[in-house]
Amino acid sequence: MIVLEKRPQPSRAWSMATPLVAVLATMFFGGLLFAALGKNPVEAIGTIFWEPLFGEYAFYYRPQLLVKGAPLVLIAIGLSLGFRAGIWNIGAEGQYIMGAIVGAGVGLAFYPMEAFYIFPLMVIAGALGGWAWAMVPAFLKVRFGTNEILVSLMMVYVAEQLLASMSLGLLKNPEGFGFPGSRNLQSYASAHNAELIEGTGMHWGVVAALIAVIFAYVLLNRHMTGFHIRLTGEAPRAARFAGVKPARLILFCLGVSGALAGLAGLFEVSGPSGQVSIDFNVGYGFTAIIVAFLGRLHPVGILLAGGLMALTYIGGEIAQGSLGLPAAAIQVFQGMLLFFLLALDLLTNYRIRAARKEVA
Amino acid sequence: MDLSAINPVLLVASLMVAATPLLLAAIGELVVERAGVLNLGVEGMMIVGAISGFAIAVETGSPWLGFIGAAVGGAILSLLFVVLTQVALANQVASGLALTLFGLGLSALMGQSYVGIKPPAMGKLDIPVLSDLPVVGPILFSHDLVLYLGIALTGAVWWMLKYSRAGLILRAVGENHDAAHALGYKVIRIRVMAIMFGGACAGLGGAYISLIRVPQWTEGMTAGVGWIALALVVFASWKPWRALLGAYLFGGVTVIQLNLQAAGVAIPVEYLAMSPYVITILVLVILSADKSSAPASLGRTFHASH
Repeated sequence: MIVLEKRPQPSRAWSMATPLVAVLATMFFGGLLFAALGKNPVEAIGTIFWEPLFGEYAFYYRPQLLVKGAPLVLIAIGLSLGFRAGIWNIGAEGQYIMGAIVGAGVGLAFYPMEAFYIFPLMVIAGALGGWAWAMVPAFLKVRFGTNEILVSLMMVYVAEQLLASMSLGLLKNPEGFGFPGSRNLQSYASAHNAELIEGTGMHWGVVAALIAVIFAYVLLNRHMTGFHIRLTGEAPRAARFAGVKPARLILFCLGVSGALAGLAGLFEVSGPSGQVSIDFNVGYGFTAIIVAFLGRLHPVGILLAGGLMALTYIGGEIAQGSLGLPAAAIQVFQGMLLFFLLALDLLTNYRIRAARKEVA
Repeated sequence: MDLSAINPVLLVASLMVAATPLLLAAIGELVVERAGVLNLGVEGMMIVGAISGFAIAVETGSPWLGFIGAAVGGAILSLLFVVLTQVALANQVASGLALTLFGLGLSALMGQSYVGIKPPAMGKLDIPVLSDLPVVGPILFSHDLVLYLGIALTGAVWWMLKYSRAGLILRAVGENHDAAHALGYKVIRIRVMAIMFGGACAGLGGAYISLIRVPQWTEGMTAGVGWIALALVVFASWKPWRALLGAYLFGGVTVIQLNLQAAGVAIPVEYLAMSPYVITILVLVILSADKSSAPASLGRTFHASH
């Protein structure tokens, strides 16, 4: 018989090792999945993880890594703060959409005026849009004790409908020949989130993601609020005795994660995507949940995990083109990763022992 | 705008159809939560049930086999949740999210070759005199059998929880797993069974959408019904008959907004389409004041140290 013995303290070594082991396990079982779909597993895994970095067309794909990784890291950093304290914002997708709508709306309101202050205003508006959307579950949780998981998720569906309404109505391009979608912000210089260095994929969203990582690191390690977040997650009772105000923490965590998700949406709509359209959101808000866990809710870990997840997105697209691997297979692959990660966490918190024979 | 085109009898009949997937998923989750487990993977199990039921019904030509396949599919997916939360003792919230993310991807993968196909039709109840009665006939006596199964299941779960020994043990495990363990009940085993029952019910609910309500397969077609079912369990204060009431209420909202869309009301389609989600939030707000009826061990991990 095998028994589990709870470790007095989570193992540091396993805590570092589990993401790596989980990635390897996912590669193995993902390979089996690809083989079952009739693809060569070694080739498929190679295409996903090798091609974007070192393949023939890597010069094109490497910048994409930053473009896809930045929103994931930005959102996941925000989510990780709440997840640490047991505050579950799973509606980042909705906050991402709202950031894009509000930010783009502000930009389009100035069209066709050109001024230096338009883009900064859009950034502020984007953050506020995401923040406001996250404040709904936060306020309801604080005021009425409503479950923030369900409310934040319901708000995603509301935001999706609002997005459809905006791209067909209020924000529709008046010169778009009746097609849905707003004006393209890429061709409006003052509102365009252009690449900072040509050909690198480096745009303001990447800068914001890096700042967020540093900000979160400092917050968690050097600041009282960060200490309260960690305390609430690890010892809720002790946190209450220490005078942590749960309401303030809920408003802070949900607010920050909403604002960061809103920023991610704004940088996406004004840069890589260019316009508000019905299919603008592609699930970054949900994938960021995987990124947050894969990065062990640690800022630096999230940075690495965001890069890895961006790799699977880009590699998946390449494999889709060259091997005919279905897009959904990559989604399954990403889901699998979260599974292995959660399962292997057992080793961090418990010790596996062979049980001695008991009497009776 | 032409509201007179809305036929109240047909409205009630279609309300019951719209409510059934919600009811099935909510009843399953209700049992899971009464056993003290919070499974947020309902949406994932539903969508996997929707596609496995659809695929099996199309391949075999029998909607009944489809429903059985959907229940099995949902239960198998729930086993992943079992492994994570009952064996690996992982956080239930994170594991449920993982189940939903994984299920959405898996269903899209499974469903690739089934887009645009029509499933075999499910027969409807047709009792000679009763089904032809005006008003009562279309509302009560001319639905598909799965709809009645949903109502019967509600009754069975209510009876099981309230009057049977198995129900008492299940509730004991949900209220205080340490005490139940001390009394010698197999906490993990009981929870595993409850989770698989929840998975099977969610699978049935998903298949009801893809085989009867819509009926066809599109990616992500459950569109949050699984999450609304989770809200419904809170709404119902963990009581089966109140879940039925809640499901019909939400079914009503869905059907009325669809009818208003068809009737061409001056409200834009998108705002009508968001109404079920907004109403879910409102209902949660109104009911979240009272948490006294929630199972006391809900969402807590059980680990017997000896």
